[in-house]
Amino acid sequence: MDNARAQIKRKIGVRLWLSGGWLTFLVLAAIFAPLISPQDPLAQDLFTSRLPPFWVDGAEPGYPLGSDSLGRDVLSRIVFGTRIALSVAFIAGTITCLLGATLGLIAGYFRGWPDMLISRLVDIWMAFPPVLFAILLIAVMGTGLTSIIIAIVVIDWTRFARVIRAEAIGQSAMDYVASAQVAGRTRFSTMFREILPNVLPTIAVLLTLEMGIAVIVESILSFVNLSISTDQPTWGGMISEGRVSVHQAWWVLIFPLLTLFLTVLSFSQLGEGLKDHFDPVLK
Amino acid sequence: MNTFLTIEDLTVTLGTSCPILRSVNLKVKAEEVRGLVGESGAGKSMIGKAVFGTLPTALRITSGRIILDGEDLQSLSPRERRRIIGAKAALIPQDPLTALNPSRRIGPQITNRLVDILGWHKADARLRALELLDEVHIPEPERVMRSYPHELSGGMRQRILIASAFAAKPKLIIADEPTTALDVIVQKQVLQMTKEMQKRHGTALLFVTHDLGVVSKICQSITVLYNGLVLEDTSIAQFFKQPSHPYSAALLRATPKYTDPDSSLMPVPSAVIRAADEEVRACDRIHQNV
Amino acid sequence: MTRIKRILLRLLTMSITLFGVAVIVFFVIRVVPGNPISMMLPPGAQEEDIARLQALYGFDRSIPEQFFIWLSGVMQGDLGTSITTHQPVLGLVLSRLPATLELSVVALFLAVFIGGFLALASTRMRGTRVEGMIDVANGMALSIPDFLWGLVLVLLFGVLWPVFHISGRISPTLDFQFQTKFYLFESVMRLRFDIWLDLVSHMFLPALALAIPLAAIIAQLLKQSLKETMHLDYVTLSRTKGYGENHVIIQEALPNAILPTLTLVGVQFTFLIGGTVIIERLFSYEGLGNMAIDAVINRDLPLIQGIVILFALIFTIVNLAVDLTYAALNPKLRHG
Ligand SMILES: Nc1ncnc2c1ncn2[C@@H]1O[C@H](COP(=O)(O)OP(=O)(O)OP(=O)(O)O)[C@@H](O)[C@H]1O
Ligand SMILES: [Mg+2]
Repeated sequence: MDNARAQIKRKIGVRLWLSGGWLTFLVLAAIFAPLISPQDPLAQDLFTSRLPPFWVDGAEPGYPLGSDSLGRDVLSRIVFGTRIALSVAFIAGTITCLLGATLGLIAGYFRGWPDMLISRLVDIWMAFPPVLFAILLIAVMGTGLTSIIIAIVVIDWTRFARVIRAEAIGQSAMDYVASAQVAGRTRFSTMFREILPNVLPTIAVLLTLEMGIAVIVESILSFVNLSISTDQPTWGGMISEGRVSVHQAWWVLIFPLLTLFLTVLSFSQLGEGLKDHFDPVLK
Repeated sequence: MNTFLTIEDLTVTLGTSCPILRSVNLKVKAEEVRGLVGESGAGKSMIGKAVFGTLPTALRITSGRIILDGEDLQSLSPRERRRIIGAKAALIPQDPLTALNPSRRIGPQITNRLVDILGWHKADARLRALELLDEVHIPEPERVMRSYPHELSGGMRQRILIASAFAAKPKLIIADEPTTALDVIVQKQVLQMTKEMQKRHGTALLFVTHDLGVVSKICQSITVLYNGLVLEDTSIAQFFKQPSHPYSAALLRATPKYTDPDSSLMPVPSAVIRAADEEVRACDRIHQNV
Repeated sequence: MTRIKRILLRLLTMSITLFGVAVIVFFVIRVVPGNPISMMLPPGAQEEDIARLQALYGFDRSIPEQFFIWLSGVMQGDLGTSITTHQPVLGLVLSRLPATLELSVVALFLAVFIGGFLALASTRMRGTRVEGMIDVANGMALSIPDFLWGLVLVLLFGVLWPVFHISGRISPTLDFQFQTKFYLFESVMRLRFDIWLDLVSHMFLPALALAIPLAAIIAQLLKQSLKETMHLDYVTLSRTKGYGENHVIIQEALPNAILPTLTLVGVQFTFLIGGTVIIERLFSYEGLGNMAIDAVINRDLPLIQGIVILFALIFTIVNLAVDLTYAALNPKLRHG
């Protein structure tokens, strides 16, 4: 029994370390992007267009992962793309979390008409195809980092609201909440002092997962050319270009895709790891 | 007289070392009702599971033979073993509320063994089921066959399970505390029903219970199990007159008498427990030396 | 009585939801700073031309007024006229809907098939290495969304091992007159399996991309549910009747394990349909989602509205269908 538990713990540990390690690596890459990048990510040079990655014949030093059809260095573009991906992940994730969790807490704790209102809104939101909604919002607001963040917050707050509402309902039913109220706390203070700390682990897990989702949404928007301005390197934009020339230069698609894949996987594994970590059964 | 179930020297262990059943010997003859008693955790249910081949995956049969109506079950292929079990043995489970599949109608749950395992025609199986339901005094058997379990009462369901157990004319029925989940009145009816059916069909019945009162009413012989070890194996008359093992005697004394409800429950004295534990250890020692 | 009440209540909330969707889309897209009309005309167009077109599309009225005109049109089945193609939106949308429906349904079947198979396989082989491997694969599939799976599939089966088509719905070289827009269905009905094969080899990768995350969810939920069911008394009882492991899992445990999985799968299916938007784009599949993105890029307001409403309608219908199926499958609900 203990053995099995230790094994589970160890698995969680490996998962957390790997995903945490990759994300730390990304953060460092984003900070030191100009130092790491072998080339200017925007520099076009038709003489170096569609160079293959270093292990393939015809590769050029200085373009370790090859270059795209405009002769821009794939590695440098990925490294600079990290900046946008991570900014979106952290900023959009946090704001979405704050908005969604607050609404969820209010709905779940106060019930009554606030709950009615919020739940109905959630229902309406669930009837939107999220990707289409995001694209629509960007089309309305124009491209740019702020628009993307707003779009992500607007389409994804329900994810938090739904889960936190359910948790808050569960927590409110417990004895300690009743006793806190008897002790003369105001409703708001009970919500923040008694309910919030107990749903915090869930919020942390959801936040981590949300960051991964934000990265995906950003690259989807870049993919349909609606993210940041077109001359800034983004993973989604690179993937979009790579998709077009996939038969001629597969490396333009595969490397940003691999980066995106690992990043999304890391965020979600980190979230799952946190979930298991907070799960009292395993403690 | 035929012996329908013979268990010889059966040892079941958890993992590689921890014994759950220790060299159990047990026989049930045709038309005999044998009581199997012992405290909770003694391993009574495990004997049934070993026979049916439904032991938990962590448990293994390390030695012994199980002979069902002349067939040595351990020597058969799993497939063949299942067929023999399905044809010759049946289980009356403990809790009628959970032992019927909630998403299937009653009819198929009685007839499926006959059709799928024994190859009967559907129509014959249906007639057989109706006949059995009638035997256990179920009103409107046609309607009941079409019902879902949740539409029937607990007593009804237990009677259906009894009918279902007798469907394939088995040689052996193992009833694992078939009445503990029922209220007292229904308990009596079900007990009577079981006994009646067993008599009519001449089946060997292994009756697992905590209740010596029940044993005295329906059993002819009794096996007392303690911590996986058989402490006593004797006839009912002998057992209630003069049990050979002190543990059995203590068990008898610990049972409140129906005639004297005021008599206080006597716990099994610790000296007796110690003696029994000593026997368990002795048994384990013998096995380690082999 | 209560049943009718329940259904009426459902229909009421459905219409509230749809109304809410309509309101939101309508107002969100009218906050557009750029004037959609000006995009349609060459630069330097006459003021009066602009005004004429604005009147034609109703953009000269107040926004609430526009909304109610549009809403009353919708009630009569008139979704307006597309700005870019000058065709009725309803016709456009309905011409693309079959493609998206076929893709979603094929993806759903794939997901149920793969997910169900994995759940059954890992239940059958519980405790072995196979179960562990399935769990790991499931975890991966769960955390990566359809968009990325689509790209991975493009690389694997479009480039590395090009066995499937990675763009379009049907090979343009095929000269075949379809009577309906349900190509896949029609090709089977007319026994043209060569056409059918071509359609499938176009549809397989996008459908698989959509199916993978859903398959993982189905596998996980169903496996959990099976695991709980396998311990129940009636399952043990059927073992004592002489049934083998396969029968026990499929006949006894599965029917009861499916039910709790079903409602969740319903919600997930609407996510899958939502996913067609980007997947159709990725695979240049001529469905509703691809049209929607074009409409957004071209600022074709009436078309965007029409598509979003149609999606919302599909989502609510799917949810209703799932609830009704649940009630129909659950014997306890069926008999009051
Ligand atoms: N799945 C399992 N894995 C390991 N050990 C088990 C398992 N199930 C039961 N046991 C052990 O087997 C022993 C015998 O259990 P069993 O169920 O046969 O007792 P019992 O005599 O039927 O008790 P009760 O009267 O409570 O039904 C117990 O000590 C129990 O700890
Ligand atoms: Mg038992």
